[in-house]
This record gives sequence, structure tokens and C-alpha cells, in this order.
Amino acid sequence: MIPITIDGQPVEGKEGENILQVALDAGFDIPHLCYNENVKPYGACRLCLVEVVRRGRSRMTTACTYPVMEGIEVLTQSEKVLRARRMIMELILAMCPGDKLIQDMAKQMGVEQVRFKKDDNKDCILCGLCARVCDEVVGAHAISFAFRGDRREMVPPFLGEAMNCIACGACVVVCPVDVIRMKEEGDERTIIRWKRTLKMKQCKVCGNYFAPWFQLEKFKERAKLPKDFFDVCFTCRG
Amino acid sequence: MTQSEIEAIIERYGRKESSILSILQDIQTREKYLPREALEYVGEKLQIPLNKIYRIATFYRALSLMPRGRHEVCVCMGTACHVRGAQRVLDQLKLELGIAPGETTKDLNFTLETVNCLGVCAAGPVVAIDGQYFGKMNPTKVEGTLKQFRSDKKKEAADGKA
Repeated sequence: MIPITIDGQPVEGKEGENILQVALDAGFDIPHLCYNENVKPYGACRLCLVEVVRRGRSRMTTACTYPVMEGIEVLTQSEKVLRARRMIMELILAMCPGDKLIQDMAKQMGVEQVRFKKDDNKDCILCGLCARVCDEVVGAHAISFAFRGDRREMVPPFLGEAMNCIACGACVVVCPVDVIRMKEEGDERTIIRWKRTLKMKQCKVCGNYFAPWFQLEKFKERAKLPKDFFDVCFTCRG
Repeated sequence: MTQSEIEAIIERYGRKESSILSILQDIQTREKYLPREALEYVGEKLQIPLNKIYRIATFYRALSLMPRGRHEVCVCMGTACHVRGAQRVLDQLKLELGIAPGETTKDLNFTLETVNCLGVCAAGPVVAIDGQYFGKMNPTKVEGTLKQFRSDKKKEAADGKA
């Protein structure tokens, strides 16, 4: 166990954990958008910014990418932190002005007006969570960042249909601003943002369409399952 | 570009993930752009998912996913050139070629690009075509400068016939 202090309170963290994990577990409220415990920290949204005092020196850093170290003192609510966080929030709000969650977070932090150019055509905050989940958890490698600087975008390769996408919907669930949508119509499932439509397989027992063919084939291939393994849906298998 | 040609390039740098950039650069030099089929082939051979390769290919300005022209026209837009009227030179080039910066003419003869400095500010405004520098440019000189590259092509074609 590694003892650290957060806002003056003694807290203990485990080896290999980061400040954000420890702080959230201990009940401190640090705003964050790009962090998810199932994937590696990425430090993209910069919202979890905190002040870390180590050996008498203080520095600003993202809590999600800073490992717990013995004797560090973390300030999550210092004036410096709050001011910097407000600026970041304002920038994120300019990127994604239409989202309810972002609007609420901004309001809570006291960001009332956006001084930057708002882009109403853009809705993604470029946190990269969808691609990280797709790479690290799903292993489909369907999407990634492309281009650079202010033209950076999250897109399928060659901007067309995401040919590796298995339409599992992990990115839909994980997106903090809900801009990745999925729809099911008849025997088809579509991930709208990645322009991916896949035919669904019907369960032999209940007759419901339960998962895309392409996805089930991938699962069978990877887990070396028997051919008829997915003939029956997950509920009917009981 | 045939698969064996790509295979030779891959062999040169080794069949590992870290060779990807060198391989892409070599394909870019050979083809003047990165054909999609080549990227798919390289990805398969190096076991790199296509989304990663696409990310790299779009990140670097030296790599292009669109076919590029035989001649690359680089207009310097650096401070010194800008002050001496680089914008007017660029406007004239756009008019002559009928394309915007970053685009290629339909006959695949010219690609127009802007750069931030070519390092010869004393000669500004500067335009570089295929690495050949043309200093003290102005809109009236544009047509004549382009002409030699246009006729180059015709000469080549004539040489080919003869």
C-alpha cells in the first residue's frame, strides 16, 4: 500500500494505480471524460487535471496518467486547478456545444460563456475512448484517429465503411458525448457513424435476431468454438 | 506497384511493426502516393491493423493518399515571401492550373502545395518546382515558368514516339 494525501486527507493506493483511480475510489470528485478503467489511461480530455506536490515542488498533471507514489500530495480543488480546468471545459464546450452532459459539466464548473469559435458541425470531443475500447477490449481495430491538429478526426480507415467493425456497440456505450449511434431494423444492425451495416443472425429457438453474423464468425474463429455454437441466442441457451 | 515490389521494400526494413514508416516512405517515393491496395498488403504482412496504418498515413504531410502529379509546385508562403506578394503568385498559379493548394490537376501533371519557408528568403517570392527554385517570382512570370514543365511532358511524349 502506498500512502498519499488528497486534499489533506490520507488515502492509500496500490502499486500501479493512478491518482484518478485512487481518488475516485476514495470518493473524491474529479471530473473526467476520457478515462475508463477497462482501457489504458490516455490523458486526452485533460479534465482530470490536478496539482501534485512532490518533494516540495508542485506541478499540474492529469490524474489519470500519474502513478501513485509514496508521499505525494494531491490537490484537486486548488484555485490554480479550478482555473485551468475551467479553461479546458470552455474549450471542450466549444468543440461539442450541443451535448447535454458537457453543458451540465460546464455549468457546474462555472463556465458560462464560450469565447472560442464554436463549430456546430462537430460533435466529437476527440477523447479517443471508442478507438481504445475497439483496439484494447474488442480487438477489432475498426476505427482510429486520422489527420492532424485542428483537422483531427475519429474515422474508419479511408473514411468509408469500417470493414473491421463487428457492430458490437462497445463504442456506442463508451462514448461520453453519445455521438455514436446504433440502430437495429429487421435483420440489420447499423453503427451509423462508422457507416457499418451487418446482417443479424436469427436464434433457432426464439427466432429473435440476436447478433451480427460477422461478429459471431469472428468470435468462433478467435475462441475456436464449434460451428453450431451460436445457433441459439444467449438467453435461450440458459 | 506489384506485390513483389512491395515485398522487396518490406524485406529491406524487416518484417516488424517499427518498419512501417520507412516502408510507407519508400512506397511514397516510388508511386508518389500510397495506393490503398499497397497499404492493405503491408498491413497484412506486418500484422498491423489498417486503422493504425491509416492514422500514420494521414498524420504525415510527406505521405499522400491521393495520386500526385508528375511535377510538384511548391509556393513559399513564409513571412519574407508573403510580404513580397507570394499570395498573388499563388493566386495566379491557382488560376493557371485550376486547382487549390493540396490538389492535383486532372492530367496528373501538376500538384500545387504551399510551404511555410523554403529557406531562400532573399530570393522571395520563391516557387520550387520539383526541387528547382524560381526566385523573384511575380504573377506575370508564372505562365512562362510553368510552360517549361508543360512542354517537358510533350517533349518526353515525342521522345517516346521517336
